[in-house]
Amino acid sequence: MTSNWLTTRAWFLMLPLLIVMIAIIGWPLVDTVRLSFTDARLVGTEGSFVGFDNYVKILSGTNFQRTLVTTFWFAVLSVALEMVIGVLAALLLNQQFYGRSVLRALMILPWALPTVVNATLWRLIYNPEYGALNAMLMQFGMIEGYRSWLGEPGTALASLIIADCWKNFPLVALIALAALQAVPRDITAASMVDGAGAWSRFRFVIMPYLAGPLMVALVLRTIEAFKVFDIIWVMTRGGPANSTRTLSILVYQEAFSFQRAGSGASLALIVTLLVTVLAVAYAALIRKSAGAS
Amino acid sequence: MERRSLTATILVHLAALVLLVVILAPVVWLFVMSISSTPDLIAKPLHWWPDTVDLSRYGVLLSSVANSAGEAFVASLFNSIKVAGMATVVALIVAVPSAWAVSRTPSVGWSLYAVIATYMLPPVALAVPLYMTLAWAGLLNNVFGLALVYLTILAPFTTWLIKSGFDSIPREIESAATLDGARLDQILRLITLPLAAPVMATAALFAFLLAWDEFFYALLFTSDQRAKTLTVAIADLAGGRVSDYGLIATAGVLAALPPLLVGLFMQRALIAGLTSGGVKG
Repeated sequence: MTSNWLTTRAWFLMLPLLIVMIAIIGWPLVDTVRLSFTDARLVGTEGSFVGFDNYVKILSGTNFQRTLVTTFWFAVLSVALEMVIGVLAALLLNQQFYGRSVLRALMILPWALPTVVNATLWRLIYNPEYGALNAMLMQFGMIEGYRSWLGEPGTALASLIIADCWKNFPLVALIALAALQAVPRDITAASMVDGAGAWSRFRFVIMPYLAGPLMVALVLRTIEAFKVFDIIWVMTRGGPANSTRTLSILVYQEAFSFQRAGSGASLALIVTLLVTVLAVAYAALIRKSAGAS
Repeated sequence: MERRSLTATILVHLAALVLLVVILAPVVWLFVMSISSTPDLIAKPLHWWPDTVDLSRYGVLLSSVANSAGEAFVASLFNSIKVAGMATVVALIVAVPSAWAVSRTPSVGWSLYAVIATYMLPPVALAVPLYMTLAWAGLLNNVFGLALVYLTILAPFTTWLIKSGFDSIPREIESAATLDGARLDQILRLITLPLAAPVMATAALFAFLLAWDEFFYALLFTSDQRAKTLTVAIADLAGGRVSDYGLIATAGVLAALPPLLVGLFMQRALIAGLTSGGVKG
């Protein structure tokens, strides 16, 4: 069998997938690009060519700039929190204690909970009149009166980040734990004989094993956080006063609530470009770690 | 094993207890809300455990009485099963041959990067044309239309996962069968696919759950009981004027049950997938 024939056979076998991907991913993506240069409405008018008008308006508008900043803070804070708590939890789960295997198994629960259910659950917890958070803080005497955690611009984003973090830090912990279990015992033992303290043991002996998997988790989580929609839509719909409005929420409002398909499409492409930059970094990391091992 | 001082042992156990509470408390609270009576839920100070266990909301949501909260919930439950089921089956049909081809033919290996790239695309990049096309084809608010859209997520995902499964089956087995005079279809049917069955089952299960959890497209493309999925139904309950918080919690428990059970029982496969980067966060 020649390699030419093998390649032809491979493309033939991939034909069904290619047709599906072109029809429902490739073509819509191209059409989004076309729409982004028009003033098309979602329903009704086809729209006419307007050049870069949509892009200019979006990039110079305060809505976009403010939303970009909100998205940035959501992504940076939630991912940073998830990484730190995740690694700490993994270090703990790698120690000996009673019930360790049970706790390791339970770590999967927040991750398995559907995002919409997680958002609904935290919305109930934060409820201003009957929520568990208010009740608990009150009983411990930590607040004077019930607060509207999701209803005030000052606390809404932080409350969302905590809810997102609770769902996602166990994922980081499980990835980090798997990496920790790959650290050879005799290396840590040898470093202790050599008199390394806890911090230098972590920094110089364990960290090299953690770095690769953690980088992958970091980039994947950052991409997800940049695309965030579900948890915010269910908990605050971007409010109050647009203080939790992220890029995906803004696209939804522009294209579907206001039915401006043209500028919605250009906004969606700007988001896609930002995600692509992150994804390229991810691909480079995978290739690098594949080359290293 | 390293020796620890008594203090260190106590600290580790304390930290483990804190982690246990952090992980469990919200999930347990969701369940407690679902079995608490409304007076218990709105009491001040809050009753952390109900005086009497009230399972009636499960009955309410799972009943099929016309025009009840149950009717809408049961309809969305079936819609979710239909959409996720159809999308999973079609995704597997297109993914298995492609995954095998990519795994066995190095010259087309680069196409896997294209598959991964589409998987990273934000759904908003496709939403507007997909909406217009579904409207044009009369497939808005339709389970078939939504299942078709879900292929944008499920097809790349299953191809990626199953390809890594084929990678772990030595190709020498296939070469040996070729030398013995077996045809390609016989090799696939009798050797490779049976060996890859566990991976395909895992991929199918995760693909189903991915579709089960999906919210964005379902919110955009469905509008009533004919196609609304569970996630949209729950978001409606949470964002609506429903005053019975226990009912919202009950809907959440029911929707969370399948993925939670799969998560607990398929831990090993799940973590293997996580560490190879093949499972979405």
